[in-house]
Amino acid sequence: MNYFPDEVIEHVFDFITSHKDRNAVSLVCKSWYKIERMSRQIVFIGNCYAISPEGVIARFPELKSLTLKGKPHFADFNLVPHDWGGILYPWIEAFAKSRVGLEELRLKRMVVSDESLELLSKSFVNFKALVLVSCEGFSTDGLAAVAANCRFLRELDLQENEVEDHRGHWISRFPESCTSLVSLNLACLKGEINLSALERLVARSPNLKSLRLSRAVPLDALQKILMRAPQLVDLGTGSFVHDPASDAYNKLKATILKCKSIKSLSGFLEVAPRCLSAIHPICHNLTSLNLSYAPGIHGNDLIKLIQHCRKLERLWILDCIGDKGLGIVASTCKELQELRVFPSDPYGVGNAAVTEEGLVAISAGCPKLHSLLYFCQQMTNAALITVAKNCSNFTRFRLCILDPTRPDPVTMQPLDEGFGAIVQSCKRLRRLSLSGLLTDRVFLYIGMYAEQLEMLSIAFAGDSDKGMLYVLNGCKKLRKLEIRDSPFGDTALLTDVGKYETMRSLWMSSCEVTLGGCKTLAKNRPMLNVEIINEDDQIDFSSDDRQKVGKMYLYRTLVGPRKDAPEFVWTLSRRWVGTDLVKQHNSNSSKFLTMAGQEKSQKSQGWSKNPVPSGWNCHNIGVLSKNYCTRIIGYEDLKGTMA
Amino acid sequence: MAFIESRDLNLDATELRLGLPGTTEESEKQTPPPIARSNKRALPDMNDDQPGPCNDNSHVSDAKKSAPPTKAQVVGWPPVRSYRKNCFQGKKVESETAGIFVKVSMDGAPYLRKIDLNIYKGYSELLKALEEMFKFKVGKYSEREGYNGSEHVPTYEDKDGDWMLVGDVPWEMFITSCKRLRIMKGSEARGLGCAV
Repeated sequence: MNYFPDEVIEHVFDFITSHKDRNAVSLVCKSWYKIERMSRQIVFIGNCYAISPEGVIARFPELKSLTLKGKPHFADFNLVPHDWGGILYPWIEAFAKSRVGLEELRLKRMVVSDESLELLSKSFVNFKALVLVSCEGFSTDGLAAVAANCRFLRELDLQENEVEDHRGHWISRFPESCTSLVSLNLACLKGEINLSALERLVARSPNLKSLRLSRAVPLDALQKILMRAPQLVDLGTGSFVHDPASDAYNKLKATILKCKSIKSLSGFLEVAPRCLSAIHPICHNLTSLNLSYAPGIHGNDLIKLIQHCRKLERLWILDCIGDKGLGIVASTCKELQELRVFPSDPYGVGNAAVTEEGLVAISAGCPKLHSLLYFCQQMTNAALITVAKNCSNFTRFRLCILDPTRPDPVTMQPLDEGFGAIVQSCKRLRRLSLSGLLTDRVFLYIGMYAEQLEMLSIAFAGDSDKGMLYVLNGCKKLRKLEIRDSPFGDTALLTDVGKYETMRSLWMSSCEVTLGGCKTLAKNRPMLNVEIINEDDQIDFSSDDRQKVGKMYLYRTLVGPRKDAPEFVWTLSRRWVGTDLVKQHNSNSSKFLTMAGQEKSQKSQGWSKNPVPSGWNCHNIGVLSKNYCTRIIGYEDLKGTMA
Repeated sequence: MAFIESRDLNLDATELRLGLPGTTEESEKQTPPPIARSNKRALPDMNDDQPGPCNDNSHVSDAKKSAPPTKAQVVGWPPVRSYRKNCFQGKKVESETAGIFVKVSMDGAPYLRKIDLNIYKGYSELLKALEEMFKFKVGKYSEREGYNGSEHVPTYEDKDGDWMLVGDVPWEMFITSCKRLRIMKGSEARGLGCAV
């Protein structure tokens, strides 16, 4: 390869699309590193605090598409305080200042402000695609800016975001000249929408393939919109409520017949079950069906619908389908690859209608199944063993028993053997979520067999540190480990600290790790940020290291402690003496612990008179003035080390 | 090592913990009550045979052994995204209400009545019940002309405060938006019933 000119090597690299492969290629030699970095257009950053935006721009100046993830996964379940972080603005600001021609931005669990959306819309002429998943912090004003300024917008995809709805006519902000839309997903918007503007927008978007409407779009408006877009491949209905005897409904039935390309269907955010028959004619084409936001449909109506869906590859549904309904799925949907069964009562142990029987039926009937999310009443070892025998293709297996420590109800045993069978049989398993009564034994199995495992979620499981150690020692490809309410402590945490630099992140909440353990972990580990989320000031940092830490989140990083951490997040210093710790200070005052353990309180202006003793590192110093920074003895520039 | 020694010092009594004020670790780890057909037997104690540090799991097994009397909501369990939970919140509240009670007034009647809209399956049932209650008859309903053939016209006040003709919108939409009913009579009613 040394004899080929760079352009040839670059052309070869064009065929290498996976991030892992490109990362590997860049490590071969300096020349390949350089060629690869200058040609990489799609950059994936799994943790926005692992690297700085400037670092990304410096390394990949030609990037066009960026994916960023912010908050840890458990933020989805209210375990992470609201303003923990994951803020987008600095990224947009940095990119806007550079010469990067950003075209696509995909965000997950980030805090996105209207200002950042506005800046984004004005800074990148060729911006084409915005995908926001589980984000928050913005309103329809930000969307209006995107609509108005991104002249070549192809994709606006809003999935499960918390959007403040200002009821403005933001949809009308798409100029008449905007005809490039391919994908528009508005399902998560809660407010009113200008229906005629929406209809006109659809009418002038001949390339529109994917359209997902919000609750505010009634059935008759849907009909008008579908008339304009019979070429749709993916449809999310809004509100599907109407009098089935009416003209409007009959019109809809006729219009749907024209939509022969629809392969993916979702929505039904409000639904009158008697109206579902309107979609029966297109069911035989469907490969993807999401009815998980339609609580008003009973099992029998679901069954009637699914019986038409022989080509289904992806099904998201509520547990009111019941075991019987899952049996119908198993006998009808032979192409099924992904199944998600959500609880219709997400607040607790309600009348969840699926048990292990439904899952066993699915595993027997659907040979191509590889991805599962299953909320159920109960599970047995026998069922899991059968599932493992029937289906060895699982890449994602997430089981959630509504009572999190429930044993096998038949044998009263823990579910160790069942999950053990799953990991032993499914050699390609990459993601696993456990629940039910579980001892250290299940972790022994996971460590032994789950060789491809990348992400593991543990809750209310295990007996001792051994459990966690089995996993850390055994799972060589582990990238994300999240644990809650399990008895793993400092011994497990500290046995192999180097392991964490091979992973993206570790979350431990309500476990047995202590403050001292976390400090020991953070010591001499410049590549790790060890964050302690200290809500309600529960932890007193000046005293007992034996205090248990409620929430700890650690992740590898090239740029050291982040400067935007809120007051209740403490990043443990990487170089500390005794019990010293530097706390995030706010703009009014700062508290520092001296080496003797006394507190000192100072206004930020007074810093120059009382410099920090040498040997200290300062973190979270964003608000401090530059003058002060240079006076700190021993403060190190914690910027990344990327070339 | 410091961590192991802590077991012997019995720090539980003076332990500083993280958690919401008023909660204890036990209540946080308490499992929701078992469902009807589940076990009533005590869970086997998994810790008996295992050597090594036992203190770590004592609180977990305690939680399992104790019979939780109340439905203790564990934070973040089941692991359902807040977005999804919020979507269903409205539905849950609705299904738990005893009924949708609205006042019904009839022009000229001395006092009002109250009815539960939930118990009717549709407009015909509702109208029949109203006819019986107030001893009147509605006319024939058509989308274009409203109610023809009677002095009395059923109307309702919706969420926006507007007075609407009963029967125009789908039943499900009606019962969620109806705030009160009024049976109009006489000249006022004729105005409504007239086709434009």
